Amino acid sequence: MAAASESVLLEIEDLHVVYQTDLSTVYAVNGVDIRLDYGHTLGLVGETGAGKTTVALSILRLLPERTGRVSRGTIRIKGRDIMTLPEKEMREIRGQTVSMIFQDPMSALNPVITVGDQIAEAILLHDKQGLTRVQVEERVEEMLQMVGIEPERKNGYPHQFSGGMQQRVVISMALACNPDLLIADEPTTALDVTIQAQVLAMMRRLQEELGTAMIVISHDFGVVAETCDFVAVMYAGEIVEYGTAEEVLDGNIHHPYTVGLFGSIPSLESDAKRLSPIEGLMPDPTALPPGCKFAPRCPHRMDVCTEQKPDTYLIGDGDLKIMCHLFGEGTGK
Amino acid sequence: MYRYVLRRLLLTIPVILGAIFLVFTIMSLTPGDPGTLILGMTADKEDIEALNRELGYDKPFLVRFFNYLADIIFRFDFGDSYRTRTPVFQEIFQRFPNTFYLAVGSMALSSILGISLGILSAVRQYSFIDTFFTVMAMFFAAIPGFWLGLMLMLVFSLRLGWLPSSGVDSWRCFILPTATLSAGGAAGLMRLTRSTMLETIRQDYIRTARAKGASETTVIWKHALKNALLPVITSMGMSFGASLGGAIIIETVFGMPGLGTYIVTSIRQKDVPAVSAATLLLSVLFCLIMLVVDLLYAFLNPRIKARYTS
Ligand SMILES: Nc1ncnc2c1ncn2[C@@H]1O[C@H](COP(=O)(O)OP(=O)(O)OP(=O)(O)O)[C@@H](O)[C@H]1O
Ligand SMILES: [Mg+2]
Repeated sequence: MAAASESVLLEIEDLHVVYQTDLSTVYAVNGVDIRLDYGHTLGLVGETGAGKTTVALSILRLLPERTGRVSRGTIRIKGRDIMTLPEKEMREIRGQTVSMIFQDPMSALNPVITVGDQIAEAILLHDKQGLTRVQVEERVEEMLQMVGIEPERKNGYPHQFSGGMQQRVVISMALACNPDLLIADEPTTALDVTIQAQVLAMMRRLQEELGTAMIVISHDFGVVAETCDFVAVMYAGEIVEYGTAEEVLDGNIHHPYTVGLFGSIPSLESDAKRLSPIEGLMPDPTALPPGCKFAPRCPHRMDVCTEQKPDTYLIGDGDLKIMCHLFGEGTGK
Repeated sequence: MYRYVLRRLLLTIPVILGAIFLVFTIMSLTPGDPGTLILGMTADKEDIEALNRELGYDKPFLVRFFNYLADIIFRFDFGDSYRTRTPVFQEIFQRFPNTFYLAVGSMALSSILGISLGILSAVRQYSFIDTFFTVMAMFFAAIPGFWLGLMLMLVFSLRLGWLPSSGVDSWRCFILPTATLSAGGAAGLMRLTRSTMLETIRQDYIRTARAKGASETTVIWKHALKNALLPVITSMGMSFGASLGGAIIIETVFGMPGLGTYIVTSIRQKDVPAVSAATLLLSVLFCLIMLVVDLLYAFLNPRIKARYTS
């Protein structure tokens, strides 16, 4: 690999993560490569259990202790390999360089601490200028205002806020230190549709204003279309298709899994009488098939698919990359 | 907050009245009349009846109950002991401090030990420390208090001669009984704290705190502890009730003149006013402790606090 260029913020190479429990070993992430430049937004799409959250937790090194472990690969943030960083330096990265919005906003806030104090904590943890109390409070109010909550409500406790407002608080907390990268794990799944749209619009606006790079994790193409420049489709711990939002969402060439995903989206416009969901289930992550992991469900399955893991092929002259034997010359390599 | 305190205080009144009624009813159901109890089986029938009449025992049950209640409320009179014929209140008042020190001391000790060891075990889950204290807790929760008391007495008083084995003459006399009484409570609280703490550490908001870049110390002390302690506090009130009950046994083992030994002797001698008054005092004490626990809980839990501060 060439030396990381100046513009690269996050570089993940060949990431493998396993969850080891007494009973079994779950192969949650199996060779993921991601490169994200400053200010860019990447959507990470895939059905439940694909390993999206696991990738995000690996970036922050917050995999559950004792069970979760990166078994192979490197993660570099701003060119620094974080796998070997001491815990203290890792803490400086968390919240300051990379911050994260977790899947469920309703449980992401501490119920016994006021929202204002929780935002203030994020600010104080990475405060280098020695802010005074008053300055911190001002910043808290500013953050709340930014996400559309009246600053006076900073003394309220999480249970006094609606789900959508809690999500805004979580977002303002994540942005409090102007991170270079914001990872949003299913930022809107727990919200109802109208609030979803508001929160998405707000995130888009904040992203543009602050120039924060983002990884938006979702199983919803709509959310990703709304917020992202690039899209990666994940299946069973691998990225099977990657490209610009245009290529993946509107293009004609796709991985069979992506095609299947589109087929499962209910649409008001199309005349289709019924959805065409992908047959079968995602493979058991404790016993993955040896060849292509999608092969058992793939309508275009060839002999080679069940035997040999496909390579990732660059399609056309854009950014589109697909991991599938269909795009190899003859039979793969 | 004042409104809440006041409301809780007012709420204890019916509870205490209920306790008085229960105690009085149960004592009235016990066989024997005060005349016979005081003068003895062999006394003259007429003397016995005269005394019964003097004490109001010939009146119907409810009348007696309201007289008893009125005496307590308006004159702070709990009746005279059948045995010594002196006001029960005085006798109890002399003994009460011993029981109070014992119960409060053991509650403090068991809370401090139980909670801190519980946190330690949870933070170091699966370590040697964790296993060690968990096994110890199981041990102390399982052995009966009187046996532990006797063993401690055997070792520290008889063998080593470090501490007195009975009496209440100095604070040193309280060490063994307090240690004995707190062992069970500490064990229970330790196991509860450990499990609520482990439960709390798994919560999403703990992960949020870590993702903000908070240190492990901050995560434990600022984010986890307060949440983990809420159920522990409720159980502390309960365990105080248990230690009041335990005090009765422990006082007997260590020969301490406290409320416990007083109740035991009074029951043996069918001294109805004494038993009633002592039981009543214990229930009032229990109510007050529960009040403190509730206030503490409300203070720590914003959901409850918010309802009463405005
Ligand atoms: N703590 C854990 N212990 C064991 N296995 C785990 C653990 N966390 C996740 N897994 C497993 O790892 C795999 C990937 O999980 P992950 O949470 O990353 O999926 P996801 O793509 O985020 O799914 P979702 O859309 O439901 O959030 C799943 O098979 C899951 O069962
Ligand atoms: Mg997830």
